[in-house]
Amino acid sequence: MAAKEIIRMTNIVKRFYIGQPNELEILHGIDLTVREGEFVAVVGESGSGKSTLMNIIGALDRPTEGSYILDGTDISTLGDKALSHIRCTKIGFVFQTFNLIPRTSALKNVALPMMYAGRGGAERTKRAKALLESVGMGERMSHKPNELSGGQKQRVAIARAMANDPSIILADEPTGALDSKTGRLVMDLFHELHEKHGKTIVLITHSPQLASECERIITISDGQIVGEREGGGRRAAV
Amino acid sequence: MLLFENISMAVSGLLANKMRALLTMLGIIIGIGSVIGIMTVGDSLQSSVTESMQSMGANNITVSVTTKDEDDETDGGLTRLFMPSDPSDEDLLTDEMIDDYRTAFGDEVYAVSLTESVGSYTAESGGESAPVSITGVNNEYQAAEDLELMRGRFFTDEDAQKGRKVAVVSDVLCDALFAGKEPIGQSFTVAVGTNVYTFYIVGTYEYEDMGLGMFSSDTPTTSMYIPLTAAKDITHAAKGYSSITVVGAAGADTQSLLRRTQGFFESYYTRNNAYTVSASSLESIVDVMSEMLGTLSTAIAIIAGISLVVGGIGVMNIMLVSVTERTREIGTRKALGATNGSIRVQFIVESVIICLIGGAIGIGVGTALGAFGANLLGYAARPSVRAIVVAVSFSAAIGVFFGYYPANKAAKLDPIEALRYE
Repeated sequence: MAAKEIIRMTNIVKRFYIGQPNELEILHGIDLTVREGEFVAVVGESGSGKSTLMNIIGALDRPTEGSYILDGTDISTLGDKALSHIRCTKIGFVFQTFNLIPRTSALKNVALPMMYAGRGGAERTKRAKALLESVGMGERMSHKPNELSGGQKQRVAIARAMANDPSIILADEPTGALDSKTGRLVMDLFHELHEKHGKTIVLITHSPQLASECERIITISDGQIVGEREGGGRRAAV
Repeated sequence: MLLFENISMAVSGLLANKMRALLTMLGIIIGIGSVIGIMTVGDSLQSSVTESMQSMGANNITVSVTTKDEDDETDGGLTRLFMPSDPSDEDLLTDEMIDDYRTAFGDEVYAVSLTESVGSYTAESGGESAPVSITGVNNEYQAAEDLELMRGRFFTDEDAQKGRKVAVVSDVLCDALFAGKEPIGQSFTVAVGTNVYTFYIVGTYEYEDMGLGMFSSDTPTTSMYIPLTAAKDITHAAKGYSSITVVGAAGADTQSLLRRTQGFFESYYTRNNAYTVSASSLESIVDVMSEMLGTLSTAIAIIAGISLVVGGIGVMNIMLVSVTERTREIGTRKALGATNGSIRVQFIVESVIICLIGGAIGIGVGTALGAFGANLLGYAARPSVRAIVVAVSFSAAIGVFFGYYPANKAAKLDPIEALRYE
């Protein structure tokens, strides 16, 4: 466990409607550390605050209190533009609902984060092609999202998450909209990214079964971390 | 880099929703089209009016005797207005002055045209009759007014000196009085008061129908020219002239000639308390008229431009709908690292492209409309380059202006809310 810390969250508190009568505290002081190369699951019931936590991990939101150091950068106090840059280069999102850009080919979808990172056109296309091939979508690069099945869409989304070679991949219920068979394929892809490419993956799910495939399982309830245990890894799934 | 990506994204977005894109552009098309159309018709009208006025002799200078404009508060213009008095003989321009003028200006002056209006009478011959408007003119009148003769000749010096009763008449009058016969050498009579004068035709000119007598089967009143001396015999008018027309030599600077001519004649009037001379040319009137026409067409174009603003509001409306529709896409883009700025640019580019394509179609429609309108009015259509340049920059400006608010709304979306948007 000598690997460097990718995520170091200290006493993260998130409140909404600050100063208003309906002020609401969702996270009550979360301490969370994720090391490079880990495959961590965050499990919790809906309403437990895991989505709020995910938004903060994904630099979509800032904590009200506490510090969040992502890959050496304290991002709890950064401005919008700096956060955009962090999301662009350090985080790869995989959503439950895929969120591919409609009317845009798989290739262009994968190239998109590289465009926001300011990389050149030829380089973008080359890398996007390689990524799509690595997730087994080499045959369908010019297909648009509405011409792809759910599992195919999620594979494109995973390729897109890898586009800028991020520090972590943040997957929010990645199999939630898929049937068990394609869900299995998607999970296998994550294991492959983890094992072969040494990617740090944070998987957010409400399913204990999915969580048990990860190396470490963090349970969150009512805005606090209530449990932490080791998972079975990939073998647990088989 | 981003700009090119944005353009290609915007174009593919528009292609995906062709009908909506076209309807959105319609406002811009109509707006730009009507502005260009009106400007084209206006420009054609302006240049055609200017040209026709110039052919009428824009560089003719009219020198006329006018009352001196005294800034007398107690008496003032009212008396003059209600009791206009004709200048008496000694106030008029004389032959001597004109001769001096000719000597002084020499080659700069092509012709000095003198006229004396006799009035409208009836010409009769062999029981036939035709209305005429008689004007006494000097020999230079033909040159000054560019009067082209069909047959015969204009007046000679001898005609003028002797005050011969010879006439240059229209072909219409000839047809009316001497249908089919050779008109030169024929005579007819005109009764002025109790006197009856007999005129011999020495030349004819072609009457230009202005279209005014279109609905009348009567013979139109045509001009009949007689030597100035003959006219003065009839009217017993004073020796002087209340107005003369000076034609500058070809290529002369009319404005300069005008100023110096006025100065020359004014020198004769320095001691005259009531009268002086003023010189004016058609050129200045042409300038005023074309300026007026220009102002008019600009005013109408501005009114048409209001439809452009309405079109712009249409674009803004659709852009707002588009932003709402694509909320999730905006959220995704932000999650993937798009900054607020790049989202804003994306939507502004889209709106500008809608407006520019609309503007381009509008220019086509407007040019066609202008050509049609100008032909309908009988003027050669001239596509207004100025209007096209204005239209293109204006539609781009509309795109930015009306695209900014929706684009800014998109840019300011909270990525979390946007990602969750159903």
